Amino acid sequence: MLSFYLEAPAVAAPGLDGWANAKPVLAEENVYQQAPLPDYVPQILPPTAQRRGSISTLLAIQTAQESLGTTEIAPTELASIFASSIGDPEIVDRLCSALADPQPMVSPTQFHNSVHNAPAGYWSIAIDSLESTNSLAASDASFAAGLLSAAVQCRAESRSLLLVAYDLPFEAPLDATRPLSAPFATSMVVTPCATRQTQLHCTLEINTISAPASRMADAKLEQLRIGNPAARALPLLQQLASPTDEETLTFDYLPDCQLQLKCKPC
Amino acid sequence: MDPLQITAYTTVSAAGDGKEALQSALLEGKGGLQPNDFGHAPLDTWIGRVADLENRPLDEDDRQFECRNNRLALMALQQDGFLTAVESLKSRVDPTRIGLFLGTSTSGILSTEQAYLALRNSGRWPAGYHFKGSHDLFSATQFVRQKLGLKGPAFSISTACSSSAKVFCDAHRFISTGLCDAAIVGGVDTLCLTTLFGFNSLELVSGQPCRPFDQNRDGISIGEAAGFMVLEKNSTTDSGVALLGYGESSDAYHISTPRPDGAGARLAMEQALNRAELTVDEIDYINLHGTATPSNDRAEANSINRLFPSSTPCSSTKGWTGHTLGAAGITESIIACLAIEAGFIPGTLNTQSPDPTLGLNIQCATKTEPVTRVLSNSFGFGGSNCSLLFGRTSC
Repeated sequence: MLSFYLEAPAVAAPGLDGWANAKPVLAEENVYQQAPLPDYVPQILPPTAQRRGSISTLLAIQTAQESLGTTEIAPTELASIFASSIGDPEIVDRLCSALADPQPMVSPTQFHNSVHNAPAGYWSIAIDSLESTNSLAASDASFAAGLLSAAVQCRAESRSLLLVAYDLPFEAPLDATRPLSAPFATSMVVTPCATRQTQLHCTLEINTISAPASRMADAKLEQLRIGNPAARALPLLQQLASPTDEETLTFDYLPDCQLQLKCKPC
Repeated sequence: MDPLQITAYTTVSAAGDGKEALQSALLEGKGGLQPNDFGHAPLDTWIGRVADLENRPLDEDDRQFECRNNRLALMALQQDGFLTAVESLKSRVDPTRIGLFLGTSTSGILSTEQAYLALRNSGRWPAGYHFKGSHDLFSATQFVRQKLGLKGPAFSISTACSSSAKVFCDAHRFISTGLCDAAIVGGVDTLCLTTLFGFNSLELVSGQPCRPFDQNRDGISIGEAAGFMVLEKNSTTDSGVALLGYGESSDAYHISTPRPDGAGARLAMEQALNRAELTVDEIDYINLHGTATPSNDRAEANSINRLFPSSTPCSSTKGWTGHTLGAAGITESIIACLAIEAGFIPGTLNTQSPDPTLGLNIQCATKTEPVTRVLSNSFGFGGSNCSLLFGRTSC
């Protein structure tokens, strides 16, 4: 069992544009309404990165930047974990289209942005930090894997981490074989001890499958949750938005095990 | 930190199928690079290609995972008695407490490239294409987990060329927090047009077999490889070699160019030494990341020069295997273990005249001598650095 604390939640998704807007929706004070996602250009990135960063990098860093605005932990003290199933769908399409040409030519910027850890790399540049970053993937369970890995690193190394999860849909032709319903990114800070910003005390366990995954009561939010691997975080974001006394959340992880997260408001 | 014992490992690369073949290649100076013949418009470069993967389809039962990357993963699982070793591990350790952490950079993206090519040539998207079993970064991890009958935590790490080094760090954390008692780590990356043409677009590909740390070095040779290792905290089958330390850092400099002063890389090496409670004088050999691009090798030299004595023997083994990208970490960790077990310092194949301005003690030829502790460096795009320290536990 892993014990840790959560603070500084952030989100960027259609109709959930930033934590201040998302919080009353997740707390069921406002009705969720889908709205187009703004074109994010996170100001924390240096100008060249603002221009060159891919859509996945801009989305992931948008939430990371928002978390950084809330936590009092210095950015250079945070390790980071970026979890995403697909990485950047637009670059995959552009590279594979270019490579099907009889004389293939690819853009060097697109190629270097194609690595799964491009958002992590841009993040370390943005905050000028030599601290470790990690970039994970576990298909639909990428958020669960990211949360687990963050909790493990938090306990193993007694350190605070930024956890970012993001995914964006493919367009044709790949959307048919790997359909995602909407873009979604979220970010939060995981700490080994309570801070002044702590919102939840959590304990995490890996268990055999005993219960269905926690769902969203609102049908549209539930659609969002199952439509994007990063949006599997929504039940936890709801706890962060409106903590109940104590709640145990279940996250699907692997075919034979799931994560159980006990959350207690602080 | 508490060491993790290495109780089994297996490898396939252009330098050989299995660890004995790899060791013979290293001792005899026989590399695996060949002129590039990959894809529909081969670039003028050299590659480390594993022979005959095209003719090793997965079984019908595994068809959902069919792709070049998983073929190579399976080929590696079948070498070196690894499957038997995992069965033995499962008799000692509850499979729900065996973690699986695999690194890959491009996974089975070749399948998507081929689907786009088919679409362009025939106007039809191939009916057999499946994303989750091939291109998905989690594909090999799911495939290997199923093949080995593991039930513990698992995920893929994709941090470019440090991917299958960083898996060791997660394995150690999962074991030290008590979530796992053992872990299988590894990585697999296979040739694809994305990396061949991508590195070429950045002018990082050599027209010759790569010459790491040579004064005339001019780029990488891309290779493919798979490798796996069993790590245990309390082993009864102690081979004597263990993971003693790890370090991870970022460059915070550029996505595809290393930080020139090597400060990030140096931090990763310092962390590995600190976790192992060892000093620089106690390291017998450094297996360099040594990709053979002018800027990579210079940045790595700068990081080592500011930390290690100039006498520490260093080499890059990428002349044997090519740069196997997301599989480089595990492949070179296995070379570190072979060096310790068999007592040799690998040379730097193809390198004739080490760059005198880099200041390292580059070993050009493989030489036989006792080796107790090895530092292995893996650095990737995004400024992702990882250093691993291997050594004997009973000396």
